[in-house]
Amino acid sequence: MTETNGALSILGRALLDGSIETVDLTHTLDPDFPVIVLPPEFGQCARFRVEEVSRYDERGPAWYWRNFTCGEHTGTHFDAPVHWISGRDLPDAAVDSIPPDAFVGPVCVIDCSQESADDEDFLLTADFIRAWEKTKGEIPAKSWVLMRTDWSKRSGADYLNLREDGAHTPGPDADAMRFLIDERDIRGFGTETVGTDAGQATHLSPPYPAHYLLHGANRYGLQCLANLDKLPPTGAILVCPPLKIKHGSGSPLRVLALVDRSPQ
Amino acid sequence: MSKPLQRPPKKDPQKRTVLPTLPPFMRSRKMLAFTAAAAEGVLKLQQCRACSHIFYPAREACPKCWSMDLSWEAAPEGGELITETTLRTSINTYFRERMPWRVGTVQLDAGPSVLAHIHGDVEEYARVRVIARTDKSGQGVLMALPEKETPNMADDPQLRTLTCDPKYRRVLITDGRTELGQATAKAMANAGASLIFVGIAEDWRPYPGSEELKAIPGVEIMPLDITDTISVQELAGEIGGKTDILINTAEYVRPGSTMERDGIVTARDEMEINYFGLMRLIQAFGPGMKFRGADGDNSACAWVNLLSVYALSNWSAYGTTSASQAAAYSLSQCLRAEMAGSGVKVLNVLFGPLEESWRQPLPPPKVTPERLASTIVHALQQGFENVTLGPVAEDVMRRYREDPMVLERELAQIQMG
Repeated sequence: MTETNGALSILGRALLDGSIETVDLTHTLDPDFPVIVLPPEFGQCARFRVEEVSRYDERGPAWYWRNFTCGEHTGTHFDAPVHWISGRDLPDAAVDSIPPDAFVGPVCVIDCSQESADDEDFLLTADFIRAWEKTKGEIPAKSWVLMRTDWSKRSGADYLNLREDGAHTPGPDADAMRFLIDERDIRGFGTETVGTDAGQATHLSPPYPAHYLLHGANRYGLQCLANLDKLPPTGAILVCPPLKIKHGSGSPLRVLALVDRSPQ
Repeated sequence: MSKPLQRPPKKDPQKRTVLPTLPPFMRSRKMLAFTAAAAEGVLKLQQCRACSHIFYPAREACPKCWSMDLSWEAAPEGGELITETTLRTSINTYFRERMPWRVGTVQLDAGPSVLAHIHGDVEEYARVRVIARTDKSGQGVLMALPEKETPNMADDPQLRTLTCDPKYRRVLITDGRTELGQATAKAMANAGASLIFVGIAEDWRPYPGSEELKAIPGVEIMPLDITDTISVQELAGEIGGKTDILINTAEYVRPGSTMERDGIVTARDEMEINYFGLMRLIQAFGPGMKFRGADGDNSACAWVNLLSVYALSNWSAYGTTSASQAAAYSLSQCLRAEMAGSGVKVLNVLFGPLEESWRQPLPPPKVTPERLASTIVHALQQGFENVTLGPVAEDVMRRYREDPMVLERELAQIQMG
């Protein structure tokens, strides 16, 4: 193989010598990982489940394999525009028809971990993003934007943080979403919580602004992300191809980030 | 008075577990009608429709007039002990292991004199109450009890072979998130259960009553989600060897018929809990319980399934839930057949509309969770295998026995509310 200085050759060498690190942003698909809870009259998100087909036994002496079942929005997952009513009629808006270049691209990480620790209902605003840009630079067009809250470090009941008036988790407000879509032309938006929207987002206007506005503009969502604290504010590359499910509204997936660890 | 039951000692880990042996198992087809009634705690005797003669045991024809037109009728339990003996040896392994054993002849007020097991507190020639129950073989037998309650009467060793008293036993309640599960835990504590394992699924979702549940004496909260095979297997790995009574309180109920539903997602959830959930529990806990059917005073003794009475016949207002309950009922029958020979009874409680949110618009009379819980305790203490609870369930059951085809038509005419 000839050494070249093409971009991919450089990338390949950097991946091998460790100057680019691959960071896993995915939670393990675990039957007990929380899923979104809707009012019980509505259909519910299927939990992740496995059933053994055989394990080197009478059901299959030399092999181990299982059936798994889950919803399109179980665990760390991708939201396609058709997931929401605002994106229902858009072209190329299901996981099988989204152009594949959408699944690999630059990513900005907005750190809201302190604010979320102080206020579990913290809402990311357009002003907060503008202030972030003053130190980190303007969000490039076609970027993924991830909201870091360190929520992935929570477990058990603290994760959904359900109370009698619903979930209490941070998320973006409508202005933030409009700013990211209309003025920064982002590719998608991702969170560490169970959805791209805040826990109390049903009371915002429009309700569920991240879902409504993102998907209405044919942009994508990622949720239940982990390890966002291991990413730099800018400069990393996100890799997030969902399963190619025919007319899928989303899919559980492995989300990776490529992070430059070379001495600056 | 009977010797009060003592808290069983901890098991000697060096001793082999005593395997279940059985009292005589086979009965004639005719006699199974007696067993079926005994499973409900009802004493039934054969009666000739031609000459009204009442007789026992079961026969093909009336011993008095030879008519073959016979029926089984509930009989009064009163009688008088006319002769008795205490067996001190037997060639039957089951009785040999349980000597001495008291048997005798009772002159029933209903007419016939019958051979019966005799409670230790019954005095010679005394008036007695003769109960019909299923024994460790699952077959109907008669036992004479003192006419009036005596101290520690339930602790009589012979009577205890017919009952499944929760006292000093370890109970698993599969779903403690509901009022029913919590009421059952409370009832088991009051009945003297030594340990009450209460399964909680998805502890990341809060549930009402959690603090009160944890405060019940003997309650240990265990992670258990019966829709998750791994979760069920993990819990059985932990406590399967000391689960003496399993009460499946998990249920999934949604109103709606087939055409009122859009797709099968909800129906699948119903099956996941009501049918596959039961199956997972049976596969994980069944073998251990079956093995421990004679394991001392706190042997495994009962598996309790709580089922909607519409398991018997579909009510379209809850059409697909009824279908899943029918599947569960069928599986419970399979379980009873599989448990035969183990000494572990399968208790099915068929209940009418329960007082809970998914049946909220239904009119009274309804069964409260507390009533269902106390009924379970009573049925276990009495050794029943089949219980029908609540006026609605009793009505459905009566019609079911009369003619299931007519019942189906009747239920089709009943709209909700």
